[in-house]
Amino acid sequence: MSIWDKIAGEPEGKAERAGLRTPAADDGLNTEQATELGEALRNFRLSIHAWSEAVYVQPRTVVERTQRRIWRLAAGWALGCVLVAGGAFGGIYSHLYRQQTVGWERHQQGTGIPATRAVEPERPAVVQRDQQTHNEEEDLLAKVDSDVSRQVPAAMEPLAQLMAGDETR
Amino acid sequence: MAAGTALVPMNIATAQENAAQEFSAVVAKHRLQIFRFLLSSTRDVDLAETLTQDCFLKAHRNWSSFRGESSAMTWLMRIAINLQKDHWRNRRMQFWRQTQTHSVDLNEASEWLPSGERSAEEQLLAKERVGQVGLAVERLSERQRTVFLLRYVEEMELSEIARATGLSEGTVKAHLSRAVGRVRTEMGGKQ
Repeated sequence: MSIWDKIAGEPEGKAERAGLRTPAADDGLNTEQATELGEALRNFRLSIHAWSEAVYVQPRTVVERTQRRIWRLAAGWALGCVLVAGGAFGGIYSHLYRQQTVGWERHQQGTGIPATRAVEPERPAVVQRDQQTHNEEEDLLAKVDSDVSRQVPAAMEPLAQLMAGDETR
Repeated sequence: MAAGTALVPMNIATAQENAAQEFSAVVAKHRLQIFRFLLSSTRDVDLAETLTQDCFLKAHRNWSSFRGESSAMTWLMRIAINLQKDHWRNRRMQFWRQTQTHSVDLNEASEWLPSGERSAEEQLLAKERVGQVGLAVERLSERQRTVFLLRYVEEMELSEIARATGLSEGTVKAHLSRAVGRVRTEMGGKQ
């Protein structure tokens, strides 16, 4: 039995006469307060001790967290299913699309309408037009070059006349 | 060989075995007390169990560095207090995490009050008082509660509490005085 138990169990004043001090008295409480509060604190301590001992000795049960596992499993399956379905749908769609394209081409060939060649005759005209534009630009540039080369600065005039004389000769 | 001294040769394996035995004895002696403190402090049986395990695991890892400057109990209590602090700090930081808590009210502890040789009326009154103390303790700040529980549940000396909490003795006294004052006020208010 501890000093605290001993004191709390003894009549009021006996502890003081015996020269013993309770923890409450040490903490600055007077005798009456210490007795009243001391009794409550002593009971509180006994309750905590009894409670903790009871909890301490009772067998512990470990609850397996199956719920989380189930969720994880379900999520995994769902993701797997989505991937498989997506792969299958993609394959089927691409197959159907290819079939449809082939069928359309066959249909166009059967009706005699050239599906893609109808546009082709326009191509030479466009190329020709581009060629013509290109030629015109080149002619213009050549003309500009020759005009520029014919314009001679005033300082070079005698030399130009000399060259012109040579050309005429 | 010097007179009166007998050197017993001891190999490493024997020293380790002795240390393990010593530690086992310490665990057996103090485990309930550490668990009790953590239970009354956290009010959560599972958490108290976990923190007790952690406390002894940490103590085991550092057993070789324990020099016996304080008692093993004080040393273990210091580890337990630090673990508890870390736990609450982590909980505050991880506020978005929904963790299951099994905390119970401390006033439920009054249900465990031994009947002794009291009459039914006295027993009822005592339970009520214990419940009031429990509620008051719950409302204390973390440090005040720790000091209060170490003093009035674990019956530690002020100097031991100071060593275990890392506070000065004067600070411990001040916290204790405030804690007791608040408990007394709570009890007075409920009467």
